[in-house]
Amino acid sequence: MDFRFSEEQQKFRQEVRDFLEEELRQGLWQPSCDAWIMGFDPAFTKRIVQRGWIGLTWPKEYGGQGRSFVDRLIFTEEILRYGAPAACHWNGDRQIAGAIIHYGSEEQRKELLPMILRGETYIGLGMSEPEAGSDLASLKTRAVEDGDDYIIDGQKVWTSMGSHMNWIYLLARTDPDAPKHRGISEFFFPTNIPGITVRPIVDITGDVHFNEVFFDNVRVPKKYLIGEKNRGFYQIVNQLAYERSGMERLMGNYPLFEALIQYCKETKRNGKPLSEEPVIRSKLAQLKIEFEIGRLHMYRVTLAMDEGRAPVWESAMSKAYSTAFEQRLASIAMEIAGLYGQLAPKSKWAPMLGLAYHSYLSSKGYSLQAGTSEILKNILASRKLELPAQ
Amino acid sequence: MDLALSEEQEMLKKMASDFLTDKFPKTVVKEIEESELGYSPELWQEMAGLGWMGLVIPEKYGGGEMSFLDLAVLLEEMGRACLPGPYFSTVILGGLPILDAGSEGQKQKYLPKIASGEAIFTLALTESSARYDAAAIEMKATAENNAYILNGTKLFVPDAHVADYMLVVARTDEKSKGADGVTIFIVDGKSPGISHTVLKTIASDKLCEVVFNQVSVPKENILGQLGQGWSEVQKIIQRAAVSKCCEIVGCVQQALEMTVDYAKERKQFDRPIGSFQVIQHYCVDMLTDVEGARLSTYQAAWMISEGLPCTQEVAIAKAWAGDASQRIMALAHQIHGGIGFTIDHDLQYYTRRAKAAEVTFGDADFYREIVAQEMGL
Repeated sequence: MDFRFSEEQQKFRQEVRDFLEEELRQGLWQPSCDAWIMGFDPAFTKRIVQRGWIGLTWPKEYGGQGRSFVDRLIFTEEILRYGAPAACHWNGDRQIAGAIIHYGSEEQRKELLPMILRGETYIGLGMSEPEAGSDLASLKTRAVEDGDDYIIDGQKVWTSMGSHMNWIYLLARTDPDAPKHRGISEFFFPTNIPGITVRPIVDITGDVHFNEVFFDNVRVPKKYLIGEKNRGFYQIVNQLAYERSGMERLMGNYPLFEALIQYCKETKRNGKPLSEEPVIRSKLAQLKIEFEIGRLHMYRVTLAMDEGRAPVWESAMSKAYSTAFEQRLASIAMEIAGLYGQLAPKSKWAPMLGLAYHSYLSSKGYSLQAGTSEILKNILASRKLELPAQ
Repeated sequence: MDLALSEEQEMLKKMASDFLTDKFPKTVVKEIEESELGYSPELWQEMAGLGWMGLVIPEKYGGGEMSFLDLAVLLEEMGRACLPGPYFSTVILGGLPILDAGSEGQKQKYLPKIASGEAIFTLALTESSARYDAAAIEMKATAENNAYILNGTKLFVPDAHVADYMLVVARTDEKSKGADGVTIFIVDGKSPGISHTVLKTIASDKLCEVVFNQVSVPKENILGQLGQGWSEVQKIIQRAAVSKCCEIVGCVQQALEMTVDYAKERKQFDRPIGSFQVIQHYCVDMLTDVEGARLSTYQAAWMISEGLPCTQEVAIAKAWAGDASQRIMALAHQIHGGIGFTIDHDLQYYTRRAKAAEVTFGDADFYREIVAQEMGL
């Protein structure tokens, strides 16, 4: 048992910190919450690519660094701590590369991984549909074989990166007669094909991240099918484990956590700082405790990945736990801000740069996206506790 | 970064589990709880024979010279078995402080006795204010020739009624009300002037009120330095808190397993109740809480084992374990339904112990304030 990072790992962390500090010093971007989703900054991604920090865990033969998931954890922890705009490359690095590495053909690995590594692939995630959210297997988007292609028809919703994407990961039904879990396939293809329409969804914060994507007779070459036809649902179980596994579930709002503590130290009420009031001390300390517990959960998920397995139950636990933490963080920040919490980010008098306001609204989605907490608990109940089927 | 136990630790865990399951079925636990002694002298000697009392004591004093992390593994199994008796008092509250702060003469005198099972120790710390800060120490120790005279009352002293020796924390400097002027004394349990009342407690763990009336303690029985005992007391509290966390982890792990097993077995509406989503989610919430307790407890235990400063990590572990144990036991009872509400069902052993462990050596509010200080608030 050892809770330390190695000297090499500590050096790596410092290297990443130094880089991010320098970027801030040069005013290249502003720290923000949810920057891994909303911070779309191709120039920043290019600089990350130049340092070889995409593909840390991919095999070297495909251009990756062959490093451990613990190293990637260290890297992502710092990116999140600084609220750096890493959205361009996040999906590819976190999960799509893994899908290609595990299930892709050798040609796909040789063609697609270097492409993702260059940081110019902005990947939309086409999974959910209006009638297929938690019940993903009931999806209806069709992929019909036609010669060397598939013809895709249907509609996706909650497609991350939809308005920026130039490639899309898509789940579609390739066998409508098979039982629903056994007729789905995975595709990954460029979106400069005719027939694709993107309609942005404005969320409760006023931001656009999610989209509706319509497919009308879209001709996709067969070479873009990933893995085995009709095995897509089983393949995606692993991908989702990686999607759920990351530190972003715990630290997406880390800039708010720091801002909240600072706010409490600086803001006076009746002549003394908020941070000296017992109720506020207790609330902040409890957030810290829950955060540190969350970090330990993340270590466990990461070590599971370093053992070579998709962390199906581990990431279900860590995501359900961590998103609840982030929701509480935002709620407590709003409680402490009181009346001031109502003020939107650019408003006069807005506290903490409006971070609490924004995170409070944004956090309503955390326990829903990438697997609702209820679904995650179902997974834990059946896979880890082996409780009987509902 | 590695969260796994070593092979030796796995072996110790298995051996401890086998022994405790065999020798301490709940019928024995019940018998011991209801007895006056609060432990079985025969089983106590068997445990000593296994090397458990001397687990972390250096070989030259008759111990096994293993690490605090190894001890943590053992403590977890003891928590799982609801082990009654003065093991915690003797080893954590007596042995570790002497090992840490004792003079060579004191180590030679007491550590072999602890390792062999010959001596039972405890710590008399808390007083009527029931707080763990230095100001709570009001008991007086007045210098008189080559001795100190102790006067005062200690509360919630575990196993005082059977202790051969007590580490007593008293105030030697009348003028100070804070951390300065606090001294730890090693007191012979049979000293004239000591009287105890065993209190009836929720965990049936033989906590005592101990009254000291003109109790004379030789000067050489001071542990550490005169008037400088509080820093060692803080270490005692930290190690004791983490040790309690280890017991809590074993306790709630067992409660979780019992609950999941019950949910698989118990049928209502023609199906196991564990097939209902609410019950499933309750079990998952319990599991998540148990895992958080396990991870944070072993982090703190590992840091103590490595001699690393860990005030924050200890605070996190004990605050979490205390709060989580209450959530876990509440759900355990809810899922067990009526049967878990009876005294004949085993669940109640865990409920009662979890409650006692939550408040002992600092509850969550106490440790939240420590975390706040560590955060620089």
